[in-house]
Amino acid sequence: MTELFDFYREDRWPHMYCPGCGNGIVMNCLYRAFTDANLDIEKTVFVSGIGCSSRIPGYIFADSLHTTHGRAIAFATGIKLGNPELNVIVITGDGDLGAIGGNHFIHACRRNMDLSVICVNNNIYGMTGGQQSSATPHGFITSTTPLGNLEYPFSLSAVAASAGANFVARWTVGHVKKLTKSIRNGFEKTGFSFVEVISSCPTNTGKMNKMSDPKELIRWLKKNSISLKKLNIPENPYSTPNPLDLIMEGKIVIGTFRDANRKSYLGLSGEDGGSK
Amino acid sequence: MIEEDFLSGNEAVAEGAIAAGCKFFAGYPITPSTEILEAMARLLPKVGGRFIQMEDELASIAAAIGASWTGKKSMTATSGPGFSLMQENIGYAIMTETPVVIVNVQRGGPSTGQPTVASQGDVMQARWGTHGDHSIIAMAPNSAQECYDLTIEAFNLSERFRTPVILLSDAEIGHMRERVIFRKNVKLKERVSFKDGIVTFPFDFDFDPEPHELVSPFPTFGHKNRVHVTGLTHNIVGYPQTSDSDVQENLLKRVIDKIELNRSYICRTDIFNPGGDILIVSYGSPSRAAIEVAENNRDISLLRLITLWPFPEDDLMMLAKNVDAILVLEMNDGQILREVERFARRAGCKRIEFLPKVGGKVHYPEEIESKVMEMRGT
Repeated sequence: MTELFDFYREDRWPHMYCPGCGNGIVMNCLYRAFTDANLDIEKTVFVSGIGCSSRIPGYIFADSLHTTHGRAIAFATGIKLGNPELNVIVITGDGDLGAIGGNHFIHACRRNMDLSVICVNNNIYGMTGGQQSSATPHGFITSTTPLGNLEYPFSLSAVAASAGANFVARWTVGHVKKLTKSIRNGFEKTGFSFVEVISSCPTNTGKMNKMSDPKELIRWLKKNSISLKKLNIPENPYSTPNPLDLIMEGKIVIGTFRDANRKSYLGLSGEDGGSK
Repeated sequence: MIEEDFLSGNEAVAEGAIAAGCKFFAGYPITPSTEILEAMARLLPKVGGRFIQMEDELASIAAAIGASWTGKKSMTATSGPGFSLMQENIGYAIMTETPVVIVNVQRGGPSTGQPTVASQGDVMQARWGTHGDHSIIAMAPNSAQECYDLTIEAFNLSERFRTPVILLSDAEIGHMRERVIFRKNVKLKERVSFKDGIVTFPFDFDFDPEPHELVSPFPTFGHKNRVHVTGLTHNIVGYPQTSDSDVQENLLKRVIDKIELNRSYICRTDIFNPGGDILIVSYGSPSRAAIEVAENNRDISLLRLITLWPFPEDDLMMLAKNVDAILVLEMNDGQILREVERFARRAGCKRIEFLPKVGGKVHYPEEIESKVMEMRGT
């Protein structure tokens, strides 16, 4: 088992995140999932792009590559193919993954590349001060949608599932235990695993939408989540209404959306994908 | 073992990469560089390397840089539009000091331009395409043989200086077929890596056995070095420190100096007929016509640039101080011309003429000769 400060860099504490930011919860769950999966910190590489969540690898005491905006998965693909023995874990956000990096995301899912991707979806561009992202719900106020978001958001989990990822799950930062378990499942899954975390950004999403109290925001996320199982909809990502939609009738759909065993990229090339 | 072959410049690049020990290639199809992609797909599996066709050029260079961090010699190849897309990550490789080779088989631009037609329009883009102050190494082959040789050289320089190296080929050189000799006993520069175990100061150049190189060993991923690598301004530990002007200044100065202070080691030129009254400066495909001119006219000097960046200013100034005038040949609207102008003037040569060819036209030896006659006033 990796000790807390053998996993996180003690000399980088305290971290830069705002009070109430969901990234702290994600970092907690990430550490627990990592130790539960019994991964070797010396054989693991963390990769990220640009954004608040992309700064998480900078706090982890492992080989880590903090890359350019949107390109984390493409860099990670090179690392995994350069040395398949390494576990390659990507930490990204809804802006990094869903907008500027969307192409790399869908193609890595299609390839079923042997990567674990954790996307911290705070529904907004946090680092630049709260602009609309591809995951901002319809009607939400942001600094670039002062009259409310005209557009409808991507469902990143739906994209991953339909593009061919082996494992897809979504939870909120209010579902700590289930989130930890899914991150662990993702680590243990061969092929592309995708865990989407609906996170809280009281500083931006919260403040502009009358939910600036961190505790209230997390309660709101929990209250407005609905389990995929309870929806009683056949698990068909192409059915209408789409059970994988971020918000269905005002609810955030949570759960494991896909748990398949399609051969991974390395598996198809005749190699043991091993752990990721 | 085949010792020579009849290859296109593009195929020779791929053979050179394999000979240099390249073990990873990521790319995206684009005319006129696609044959490099195809050849690498064929050749890499035979040497235990890995090939992947990515979804675009942004991803191609990203994957190549990623693979380099696992210790693999990596390459990507493209042409103008793809080269434009790669610019941001070329800067990332400079900032993170990642060895990687980028081949740009130049075509006519801007935009989609002339996909099948040669140009030298990306010379300044290779120098300044990515944002921010930096230095870069770029070389221009003028034959299939040189595509082979300079690809090996590109890997060697990239590994030695921990920096991206650009091979600026063009559609003419990439598609012509010539005899290529696979040289024996070519010296390969292997990356100096840190030993296994935690490395506290991965970006401190004091580690280097030869401090003038200003390059530290490479903290290879998976070697327990546990290093954080970022494109943000970082201190010698590798941690972001973006508001400290001294940290930025030291970092920039070092990644620039490690190339500029080693200019004499990096720069390569070919000099014909020193002592002539007129000096031709040329590189890449136009230099083939220029060589013919120099061979037939012993009173015309020729400086063929093999290295474009850092600019071989010492060789130029040495020749420029003894000539009446300089003639620059380029397949663009005047890019290396301005470098020639400023260094020639510094050496005391005031008269610089230009013979450009754009749109796919080539330089003929006869017109170069008549231009020289005109310059002499004869």
